[in-house]
Amino acid sequence: MELKTKVNAEEGQQQLTITREFDLPLDLLFKAYVEPEIVEQWMGTKVLKLESKKHGSYQFETTDPKGNKHCFNGVIHEFSPGQRIKRTFEMENTPFGIQLEIYEFESLTVGTSRLNMQVIYESVAQRDQVLKMPFAQGINMAHNRLQDIVSKLK
Amino acid sequence: MNLRRDVFQAIADPTRRAILLLVASQSLTAGAIAANFNTARPTVSKHLQILTECELLEQKQNGREIFYHTNAKKMKEIADFIEPFRQMWDDRFNKLEDIMKNYKPKE
Repeated sequence: MELKTKVNAEEGQQQLTITREFDLPLDLLFKAYVEPEIVEQWMGTKVLKLESKKHGSYQFETTDPKGNKHCFNGVIHEFSPGQRIKRTFEMENTPFGIQLEIYEFESLTVGTSRLNMQVIYESVAQRDQVLKMPFAQGINMAHNRLQDIVSKLK
Repeated sequence: MNLRRDVFQAIADPTRRAILLLVASQSLTAGAIAANFNTARPTVSKHLQILTECELLEQKQNGREIFYHTNAKKMKEIADFIEPFRQMWDDRFNKLEDIMKNYKPKE
């Protein structure tokens, strides 16, 4: 089975690429990155600000199941409709630093398109930390469950 | 059913990740592993079977008992933990695709 989303993170590099082919025409794919209401839906976040233009900036706020708020922000350096977005990304109050994101949008056929996302981190260590985050969460959840079970046995 | 299983399918399940954590520090029998979960024994057996099929776990006969231990070489394949990250993005993009397929321009 061919994977629709591919991640390439070579060892020792401070960047990674994410590639995805969509069953969507290019204009709809691009719109999903521009319309605040749509970004809110698929990113699962609140969009406080999204100025899709050069020198524009954005601010997202996500509330986790515990009610804690997490803020994200960045500045848009290039905005070429249907082609390219270059922006920075920062997860506030985390040790992950500031990332540079380069989005390349490409039309494949009338009904399909591709997104190529290049993310550059401040260091190799930071990139690896971000990569491990979802796995660490999964492990912790499994661990907590294990602890719950074990404590019930006592 | 005889699907070729890969390590990433194996670690997609939280119970299987918990089993790997448990066995990482010591060899254990199926019974000893199952005792750590309040899941039904056959379910744990199924997880052990999957983990063994994709070679994350290996079996070793000791008298009448079979002990499970982790296969260090195979564990290394998931050492960079990229797959959960990829899945996170895959889920996000699937959602984007669903939303945009039903998108109606407001005018």
